[in-house]
Amino acid sequence: MDLKQPAMAGTLESSDIQVTVVPNPGGGIAIELDSPVKAQFGDAIRDTVRAVLAEFGVEEARVQLLDQGALDCVIRARMQCAVCRAAQISYDWSREDRRP
Amino acid sequence: MTHSGLKRTSLYAGGSSPGKLLEARFYHEDCLVYDLEDSVAPAEKDAARFLVYQAVRWHRPPDKYVLIRVNGLYSPYLEEDLEMAVRARPDAIRLPKVEHAEEVRRIDARISAIEETAGIAVGQTELWCNIESALGAVNAKEIAAASPRVAALALGAEDYTASMGALRSKAGWEIFYARMQVLEACRLAGISAQDAVFSDFQDEAGLREDLTMTRGLGFDGKTVIHPRQIDLVNAAFSPTPKEIRNALRVLEALEEGERNHTGVVVVDGSMVDKPMERRARTVLAQAKAAGLWKEEG
Repeated sequence: MDLKQPAMAGTLESSDIQVTVVPNPGGGIAIELDSPVKAQFGDAIRDTVRAVLAEFGVEEARVQLLDQGALDCVIRARMQCAVCRAAQISYDWSREDRRP
Repeated sequence: MTHSGLKRTSLYAGGSSPGKLLEARFYHEDCLVYDLEDSVAPAEKDAARFLVYQAVRWHRPPDKYVLIRVNGLYSPYLEEDLEMAVRARPDAIRLPKVEHAEEVRRIDARISAIEETAGIAVGQTELWCNIESALGAVNAKEIAAASPRVAALALGAEDYTASMGALRSKAGWEIFYARMQVLEACRLAGISAQDAVFSDFQDEAGLREDLTMTRGLGFDGKTVIHPRQIDLVNAAFSPTPKEIRNALRVLEALEEGERNHTGVVVVDGSMVDKPMERRARTVLAQAKAAGLWKEEG
């Protein structure tokens, strides 16, 4: 799936994460992470971001993450929202029916 | 741990703030309402849906009755709210500003279709209908009976008062009639009756007075506006030690009467009739659910 515009989701409040997703034609996936727990959870956060991008079939995106200690479920929610906004689509909730 | 079945307190958690969604799990409210409506700005409705879905579907508090309040029945957000909310599998969806039974039937049909597509048992998702206008209050009986999904009616006093051109007061006389309309509708339909919020969360004495009246009228619980109201409201809608003792005496007297083949059972000079027995059993069921009494054996 192609991203059409830069988009943002989330805030800089505690327990949240601000995600910015930008189209990156020809550049693959590039992730920039700023987090107080980068040393412990940096790899896990990046894995979640890559997993969400893969679920949407996004192969070219630059993702900037300003983490304030968000849980995995919050990172996932913010990423889903940012990708939908960047792709200018409404989420198809029936996709959740196929999730184990 | 599973939900106790009590619905004494309902606390709203704003759907756009991860911090608030997390925090709300740790209070003692019986019912946690994840909100997509008033607490979420129009530009953040999509973001709130994703957050609430994650919170309810994958991380719901196991000891609470979980609800999602969707946006208004005629808002452009409702359809997608329902698509998400049903799939998140809350105990109930809370509908704002319900005024007609037909609206409930329309939502019921939509929920059934989504449940079927998603592989969820049809009928599993309950409905709480907020009664927030004079028209809603007048139609409360039909609304309560509009679908087997309707598990509670909840009075929304601020909008109701505005619809009546009345002024909101702490004494609450301007909502007394609506309280009775909602309560009567709930009792006829056999569902839970939920009272309106007491807005001044710093006025503990005022809240106590309000609770004395609404508990006495027969409500089952109340929506709270602030976590500091939870313990007071929970206590008000729980049986007192005296009520529990009385209920036990009534049931013991009935058992003794049965053993001795006594036709009429008397406790403290009053004949124990069916309504007294029913009240005693309700008190003990509530006390048990609240952890205030344990059945022997």
